[in-house]
Amino acid sequence: MPLLSVLIFFPVLGGLSLLFLERKTETVRLVALVISLLELLFALPIFFFFDKSTHLVQFKEYHSWIDALNIHYFLGIDGISVLFVLLTALITVLCVMVSWEAIQDKAKEFYIALLVLEGAMMGVFCALDFFLFYVFWEAMLIPMFLIIGIWGGPNRIYATIKFFLYTLVGSLLMLVGIILLYLKGGHTFDVLVLAGQNFDYKLQLLVFWLFFAAFAVKVPMWPVHTWLPDAHTEAPAAGSVILAGVLIKMGAYGFLRFSLPILPEATMAMLGPMLALSVIAIVYGAFVCLGQSDLKRLIAYSSVSHMGFVTLGLFALNQQGLEGSILQMVNHGLVTGALFLAIGIIYERTHTREISAYGGLATTMPVFASFFMLFTLAAIGLPGTCGFIGEWLILLGAFQARPLVAVLAATGLILGAWYMLWLYQRVFFMEVGEKVKKLPPLCVREILTLTPMVLLILWIGIYPDVFLDFLRASVSHLIAQVQNTGVAEVGLHAPVSFP
Amino acid sequence: MSISILAIPFLPLIAFVLTLLFGRQIGTKVHWLPIAAVLGSFCCALVAFCRVQSGEIINADLYTWIQSGSFRVSVGFLVDQLTAVMLIVVTSVSSLVHIYSVGYMKGEEGYYRFFAYLSLFTFSMLMLVMGNNFMQLFFGWEAVGLSSYLLIGFYFNKKSASDAGKKAFIVNRFGDFGFLLGMFLVYTQCGSLHYSEVFAKAPQIGALTFSFLGMDIHVATLIAMLLFCGAIGKSAQIPLHVWLPDAMEGPTPVSALIHAATMVTAGVFLVARCNPIFALSTFTLNFIAILGAVTALFAATIALVQTDIKRVVAYSTVSQLAYMFIACGVGAYAAGIFHLFTHAFFKALLFLGCGSIILGMHHEQDLKYMGGLKKFMPVTYITFLLASLSISGIPPFAGFFSKDEILLMAFCSDSFAGKVAYITGLLVAFLTAFYSFRLLFLVFHGDFRGTEEQRHHLRESSPVVLVPLCLLAVGAIGSGWFGIPEALGGSNHWAHFLNPVLGHPQAHVAHSTELVLMLVSVLAGAGGIALAWFMYRLRPQLAPDLAARYPALYRLLHNKYYVDELYQKYIVEPALWVARNVLLKGVDTRWIEGVVNGVPACLGLFAQVLRGLQDGVVSHYLAWMGGGALVLIVLILVG
Repeated sequence: MPLLSVLIFFPVLGGLSLLFLERKTETVRLVALVISLLELLFALPIFFFFDKSTHLVQFKEYHSWIDALNIHYFLGIDGISVLFVLLTALITVLCVMVSWEAIQDKAKEFYIALLVLEGAMMGVFCALDFFLFYVFWEAMLIPMFLIIGIWGGPNRIYATIKFFLYTLVGSLLMLVGIILLYLKGGHTFDVLVLAGQNFDYKLQLLVFWLFFAAFAVKVPMWPVHTWLPDAHTEAPAAGSVILAGVLIKMGAYGFLRFSLPILPEATMAMLGPMLALSVIAIVYGAFVCLGQSDLKRLIAYSSVSHMGFVTLGLFALNQQGLEGSILQMVNHGLVTGALFLAIGIIYERTHTREISAYGGLATTMPVFASFFMLFTLAAIGLPGTCGFIGEWLILLGAFQARPLVAVLAATGLILGAWYMLWLYQRVFFMEVGEKVKKLPPLCVREILTLTPMVLLILWIGIYPDVFLDFLRASVSHLIAQVQNTGVAEVGLHAPVSFP
Repeated sequence: MSISILAIPFLPLIAFVLTLLFGRQIGTKVHWLPIAAVLGSFCCALVAFCRVQSGEIINADLYTWIQSGSFRVSVGFLVDQLTAVMLIVVTSVSSLVHIYSVGYMKGEEGYYRFFAYLSLFTFSMLMLVMGNNFMQLFFGWEAVGLSSYLLIGFYFNKKSASDAGKKAFIVNRFGDFGFLLGMFLVYTQCGSLHYSEVFAKAPQIGALTFSFLGMDIHVATLIAMLLFCGAIGKSAQIPLHVWLPDAMEGPTPVSALIHAATMVTAGVFLVARCNPIFALSTFTLNFIAILGAVTALFAATIALVQTDIKRVVAYSTVSQLAYMFIACGVGAYAAGIFHLFTHAFFKALLFLGCGSIILGMHHEQDLKYMGGLKKFMPVTYITFLLASLSISGIPPFAGFFSKDEILLMAFCSDSFAGKVAYITGLLVAFLTAFYSFRLLFLVFHGDFRGTEEQRHHLRESSPVVLVPLCLLAVGAIGSGWFGIPEALGGSNHWAHFLNPVLGHPQAHVAHSTELVLMLVSVLAGAGGIALAWFMYRLRPQLAPDLAARYPALYRLLHNKYYVDELYQKYIVEPALWVARNVLLKGVDTRWIEGVVNGVPACLGLFAQVLRGLQDGVVSHYLAWMGGGALVLIVLILVG
């Protein structure tokens, strides 16, 4: 069975089938939930049957598509993409659940957009033909644009146009890069073939920066991060969750899938600036969180900081750094996704994102407070939660590559604890605020929405080996690909040398 | 690995999970589960202790926690002499605190939550001391931080309580920052984080150096200093001591747990556990000894003038922990752990005694309104007196033996730091006795100074509170007898027991010198008590007079040397200012957003100009055309 094609087109077709339903929120959301659950079910075989011992592409589908340009319909997953496919399927289910009551207006269109978006995201993670990848990459933009622009907050038009333009500018530059590679690399879009070509160093450098434009915006890296706070703030809960959970992973995924293997020399040459930008993102993002008064904005900036860790591990370019980086993307998807789910749940009750309007929520909603506490702890990387494993591996990797960089990045841990606990205090502790005096407790649906996140956060925190196992072979292969360019591997027992 | 070892940490964990999930439904009887669990781990700890005593060392992995490339770390347990001692301390004090809390927390909102957190705290500390590698130590380390955060902020509706919890966590994170880097360095140098492998490799890194900015830095010193950063945070030494006194915002049993058995002892444990690394760096050891001496004196002087009973005891903890670091700094780790052991009992007793007083006084904690409680609360009084004698180093109580061992070791140390530490330690012994008995006299002796209503309600606490006090009193008296020095005819069993893990530096002094030293330290303690008697019993006017005569000094001590204010003004506020005004308003909003919004604006402006050209007037178009053609012709002719 062409499993990956099913994963891509089932939600798209399922979404479009909603068109034929009557315009009743109750029916539409139920069908959407069933579709997303089925999708998750279809994705599960991957978890069980993925061969962890090899870096080779699995679940491969290869058909010719546009022969004139040597474009293929080429799908496949390896250790780098497999976890994201699973994550996407899970997050979408939760998005449907969190929108259950929140989306009443034009519910049908909303769920169509959501499901089409899911298909496009799956496509991005599965495509191994550059052209096909680009199609999915741009296809994601449209439903996301609509989700923010139609179901968003008061300033949604500004936010969604900003999001669209920022991303589009990056993508177009990437397209130039793709075409350059196509022309110089023997007229092929096959990513695996391209990775084997030894491109001229200058070309590599040029394409690296063209790709950087697209991927850095998506991550988002400092200083092209300013679309994220606006998009997050204005997006409906489900939009924020998708954004944090999956969409911004695409940038880092792009680096991993394309920049590193295809442009190894340029990558090695640009490690310094990339690491510097990562550290800036970590510290800067964390500091800015201290100045926030808006719940969603704060979490959005914390994403900038956390994604700084991701790119840090990525460009540390060793086994620990890269594995940590990929795992941290999953973690961040879970944790920040969960935080946005939680904020969605509370926003539905209070209709305010102002932190100062809250206070004492732990008194009125103790169960919710416990959930949020766990997510907070995972966000600040407490051992036993998934956040710790990712940050630990990333920092360990970075420390072996560039000790000073790791030292600077580790300050993010202090700042992270500071802004998250301060947020928690202002929202959940202290005197009970006016707005939160009478709030209904969590309903079963809401508890069911948050519980999978809790279980996964603890699972990865306590027994991460299951997940790291997926990455091992592909990551070591990737490192070999990049470092075959003649740069010595960073020795394990090498004497410490500070830059 | 045997179930009895696994049961030690996991019984409290199970209790935590069950209590948290179902505590609300179970209601007021919820305490049975955590108490049974912690007593269970106490029994298992005793069994483990006996196994160690008979020469069995347990070191086994449970499963691989993280594996990435050549990095591999397990969840595994090590029970050796040091761990065995810690297990006894943690589980015994924790059990008593659990039982005591039944009386103290009766009828409080969130009763089940309190017991759940207590169990979590116990579990965390047990994981910390039982881990066989640095990662698991760090797991326990952070989990202890979390539990303390939850418990200190237990009354979370109070701003001060939630502030204090947050502060404890964040201040500790500063230490953890160093600890984390220390672990990275350990891993890059030794290729592992498991104790056995690291300590086996330790001698090889003793000679390594690297150069940084032209300076040669000794790798072992750097590792030791970084690890010690963590210890500074957890064990509340200068400059990260600020969280501990605030930690008394939590319910009093929590203070006893934090100050005696869990949390603060973690730092001392870390240094003792890593003694093969610390032994490589004389610089670090001297630093530890000096820092210990400074902190001891610093905290003791603050304790002299505090008026909140819990605050006095809190600063005495900082000061006593500093003693333990002095011991570590002169290489006498066993003496440090000995003091940790005796301190656990008398400090827990002091705090639980405070709790009993606070219950009797209806949550009044100010010394100003107490006095004469002796006749209302006789059992509390006797046990409090025993604890005070113990902390003052009066023989034959527990504190005497451990404190004396530390002072002896400091005296015998060859290093300058050791001498400084000895003299300071002696002075602090005097101050300790003074403030402890100042507290005792002000609370229990003299006339009652509270309101008539308070007096009316004053009565001795219930048995569930008093029984733990009495049991702890036994510890406060007798726990020192495990280490009676040879000079007094004992065999110093303690040091011999810990010898395989911690080594046993010999004190090269004659027994006669040792006896003289003992006499000096006893005199210091007795002198402190006598002075307290003089100032607070015979001449009660003297203290206020002194405060009035030296107001600046009094304010300095009363305000804890203004350290909190300094941090607030020079760290917290500047950080927030930078965050808000420089980064958020400046860089983010003005510069980056300026460009982001500026580019479309420029494009719009440009479009406006272009639009102006297409005004629909044919003569204008002709003019542009003609002009353009002219330019082209000129260009062609010239080119």
